[in-house]
Amino acid sequence: MVNLIIDGKQISVKENTTIMEAADQNGITIPSLCYLKGINEIAACRVCVVELEGKERLITACNNVAEEGMIVYTNSPKVRNHRRNTVELLLSQHDCLCVTCMRSGNCSLQKIANDLDILEIPFKKELEHQPWNKKFPLIRDSAKCIKCMRCIQVCDKVQGLNIWDLEGTGSRTTVNVAGHKTIEESDCSLCGQCITHCPVGALRERSDTGKVWKALADKDKIVVAQVAPAVRAAWGEQIGLAPEDATIGKIMDALKRMGVDYVFDTVFSADLTIMEEGHEFVQRFTSGELKNRPMFTSCCPGWIRFVKSQFPQLVRYLSTAKSPQQMFGAAMKTYFAKELGVSPDKIFTISVMPCVAKKAEREMELFYEEYAGHDVDVVVTTRELVKMIRSAHIRPDTLEDIESDRPMQGGTGAGVIFGATGGVMEAALRSAYYIIKKENPPVDAFKAVRSQGFNENNGVQEAEFAIDDITVRTAVVSGLGNTRALLNKIESGEVHYDFVEVMACPGGCVGGGGQPIHDGQELAFERGKNLYYLDENMELRFSHENPDVLKMYEDFFEKPNSHKAHMLLHTEHVE
Amino acid sequence: MSRLEIDSPSRADIVIEGLYKDLERRIESSPPGLCPVDMARAFLELCHAQTCGKCVPCRIGLGQLNHLIKDVLDGKATMETLEVMEETAVSIMESADCAIGYEAANMVYKGLIGYRDDYIEHIERGRCICTYSQPVPCVSLCPARVDIPGYIALVRDGRYADAIRLIRKDNPFPTTCGFICEHPCEARCRRNMVDDAINIRGLKRVAADFAGEVDPPACADSTGKKVAVLGGGPCGLSAAYYLQLMGHQTTVFEMLPKLGGMLRYGIPNYRLPKERLDDDINSILKTGVEVKYGVKVGTDITIQEIQKEYDAVLIAVGASTDKKLGLDGENAEGVLPAVEFLRDVGMNHIMDLTGKEVAVIGGGNVSMDAVRTAKRLGAKKVSIVYRRRIADMTALYDEIEGAVAEGIEMQTLKAPASIDVDENNHVKGIYVTPQMVSAIKEGRASIRPTGEEDIYIPCDVLIVAIGQNIETKHFEDAGVPVARGKIVTTSTGAFKDMPGVFAGGDSASGPATVIKAIAGAKVVAANIDEYLGYHHIITSDVEVPVPNLDDRTPCGRVNLTEREAGIRVCDFEGVENCMTEKEAKQEANRCLRCDHFGYGIFKGGREKLW
Repeated sequence: MVNLIIDGKQISVKENTTIMEAADQNGITIPSLCYLKGINEIAACRVCVVELEGKERLITACNNVAEEGMIVYTNSPKVRNHRRNTVELLLSQHDCLCVTCMRSGNCSLQKIANDLDILEIPFKKELEHQPWNKKFPLIRDSAKCIKCMRCIQVCDKVQGLNIWDLEGTGSRTTVNVAGHKTIEESDCSLCGQCITHCPVGALRERSDTGKVWKALADKDKIVVAQVAPAVRAAWGEQIGLAPEDATIGKIMDALKRMGVDYVFDTVFSADLTIMEEGHEFVQRFTSGELKNRPMFTSCCPGWIRFVKSQFPQLVRYLSTAKSPQQMFGAAMKTYFAKELGVSPDKIFTISVMPCVAKKAEREMELFYEEYAGHDVDVVVTTRELVKMIRSAHIRPDTLEDIESDRPMQGGTGAGVIFGATGGVMEAALRSAYYIIKKENPPVDAFKAVRSQGFNENNGVQEAEFAIDDITVRTAVVSGLGNTRALLNKIESGEVHYDFVEVMACPGGCVGGGGQPIHDGQELAFERGKNLYYLDENMELRFSHENPDVLKMYEDFFEKPNSHKAHMLLHTEHVE
Repeated sequence: MSRLEIDSPSRADIVIEGLYKDLERRIESSPPGLCPVDMARAFLELCHAQTCGKCVPCRIGLGQLNHLIKDVLDGKATMETLEVMEETAVSIMESADCAIGYEAANMVYKGLIGYRDDYIEHIERGRCICTYSQPVPCVSLCPARVDIPGYIALVRDGRYADAIRLIRKDNPFPTTCGFICEHPCEARCRRNMVDDAINIRGLKRVAADFAGEVDPPACADSTGKKVAVLGGGPCGLSAAYYLQLMGHQTTVFEMLPKLGGMLRYGIPNYRLPKERLDDDINSILKTGVEVKYGVKVGTDITIQEIQKEYDAVLIAVGASTDKKLGLDGENAEGVLPAVEFLRDVGMNHIMDLTGKEVAVIGGGNVSMDAVRTAKRLGAKKVSIVYRRRIADMTALYDEIEGAVAEGIEMQTLKAPASIDVDENNHVKGIYVTPQMVSAIKEGRASIRPTGEEDIYIPCDVLIVAIGQNIETKHFEDAGVPVARGKIVTTSTGAFKDMPGVFAGGDSASGPATVIKAIAGAKVVAANIDEYLGYHHIITSDVEVPVPNLDDRTPCGRVNLTEREAGIRVCDFEGVENCMTEKEAKQEANRCLRCDHFGYGIFKGGREKLW
């Protein structure tokens, strides 16, 4: 243990504790901007400076360790002056038009400037304006960037894609897409982790709420919405509802009150995905096709973009099943349109997703009889959903639980857990067991694929299951840096699996790039627990027992992997 | 009434003089990789501030040039801007009244030509192609990328053995380099911005002197692969060390009776005591490296025979033959190549030079080694004969100073013209043509004859130290590509058409420094490992101490002292004294820890493995 005094308080901390952590453990929160534990400990913003007794120069609390006998002041006149000066300097190069900023009210720079009572900026305003393609799903506003480097570090250390880098030197040093590329030319997976780790509003998703409002205003359109499993685990955080109150039923109510004609839960198409992917897996596995390489899940578009650019040789091992979003879109424009007796052109499909990459995934084309268009017409993130609810001035406390619409109403616990890392695998195994054995396994039989904690074991959860004399070797991984490491091991022959689930965002969709942002906190694991809780309390736990899915097969798709299913629910991934 | 006054500088003058010094040191330690367009802008602003304001081109023109460069940087320029800049720069160069103006414009002009690509990138894409890529100056400039801030911090804490272990991750010759490394690491040390560069080599010497015997780390499991290393110099031994650590059985073929190559047979004992060299070599051998002494490849064994027996072969034979003057009489008795002269001394074949006059031709480090060795062998008078000035010598400044202190005569601006030989075919002296310094060509002052008559310098022994060559014949015959007297490898140390054969050290780079040979050894060791189908990692488990948080108040640099010149010339014992522990602690404490403070904490601060 190390003994020191912080702000007059005698404290004792473990060796190798940073001054910031030592202070925090003792109730003193030192303000910071660039710091992200384990990811960005580079002391760039200089906001966390503290004074050491006897030293003239201030030091940063974030990356210097507490030493025996230190006397630290976190709020001395010198510290206050310099911290204030530093924030004023940052503001001189920051576009402070907060009212039009997506992060207004959830901005670490805004908060610290307010806390320090900075009411005027004594310096010349110098804003940097880099060109950007505003049609791309990921948008960077250089005038808001404070060069904290978090985006560079998250993409580099967590996602292993190095999309961002510093550019230029000296006073003109800035952040831009690495290798002098544009964002479209880069290998960006659109995971959106740079957005959720940005302390300000320099990075955001393209706002598509305007398209939704436009469709809602169009009398000729039948607007149909779906809401992904992970959305229910997080939307309440931003709107002031406790997890137990922030139900999917209330999202349905909100959407209806905004004018959506039919609301559905993506859990339904998650079950549908399991039917398709489960049968596909059993077929590919038993045919011996997976002897050298496993089958990979295909529901995460960030992962699909990643594998295409980084491991093109593995693309053919992807499941051909479309993601639940795309399957649902296809079902809405075919099966559901038929049910309503309208042409698919009339149907406008909206997805509410925890994800930025889904905005690019929707570009995938759908051909059905005379119809040529898209499965999904517009994708909004969880954050955009909350903005829409606010803009429709719907008071959250007035929302009521309503059911989703028929005939695609049913959902099982297996579909709900799609939003957490390991969920797709567990759901698939529950049904694969049934496909092979014609009987249900114990519902908790495949719990071993669940993650034990955020980024535990480098985001990888391996498991092996015996179904009769068959052994199925599985791995679940989340986070693209972790994924790269695992794929390298698979490629080198160090490990072998039959079935691998990949989610681009650490912790799965609950930690997605479209989810509410809490600076410095990783909430994926907690949100995932919420989904597992919901699963436990669902009446149905197996995708193959979803009555509405079964009815849809009976009325429309015939059976899993049928010709029609292949035309509408599968896709060919091209390298 | 007084007619004249004594000038005394104002307070402002004194301060600004100090700031000039600060700026000089700052420029010296400028980090590599900066945007040259932005630097041109910065320099130009300084130049413009120096203008007296009398003349139009300088007073106004430099300012206008500056606006144009800013337009380029701000993305407001077109290709036409470049033309205007070039015309304006030439105009100022050709019309300004004094050097303040025309030299400033010349700097801009040189940049417009020299890094036009950068200008165009800014204009066409509004982006800069430069990025800050070398965060820790000393590590960036060390060819072997030794973790310098790491071992300095360990020395500061008195953890000398750990310092040696950490150095060995990248350099298995810590002791040797503590004595004789040319320390390119010190050139851009950021501490220079405060006061003076850290004495990095001195601190390595401290680690080596105080650590005692430090065993090498354990080798990886044996791979069953066998690697032959031809030549037991710094490259061959370093590669053997790392390959052995990776689990490959390595055999070194050495033509001489002992290992070390130029370190033993080129560098005199007074600079690198042999028993200290043995400290490094013994640690390397402890890993299990096998050695075949007295075997010369091409004479005693062919490379083809070796290839048959080993899975991979590394050629690291060094540059062991000398360059010739090309003058008549060069084969006379008493005319010696420096390599041979130093090797004989290294082998203890001592030549008595008592009462003799010795002349050494050349101005490099080998030349200094030769004169100082000759002096120690009892020569009455030892001279360096050099075509250019002392300032133009390629030898390290300390070596020249050491030689001068030991009473060596510096016969500069004298180009060898002919060798005078007596009837017994023994050298009697050398005629030299007086030279004068002339125009600067490619950054170096050239010389031309003064037109005066040749001068005669009598000597009993004439040593030629104008460079070394590589014995390439056998390798060339075996199909190894050779050009300009060097073995030509790819950047990985391999050859296109000879799988399993690699080359490194002086034989591939041409005569270079120890640390470059070691750096080359790392490259070939890693690539031989890959070639053999492995991917072993070399790393160190030594934990680097956290940096001290003291204020960095200016403090002088501890330089190593030397034994008294008059006494040290009487023996071959080491010349340089090590620091005391107290000095070492103070010196190590000066380190700014660029691995932790500045860009190093963000990117590239510490390479923990290779």
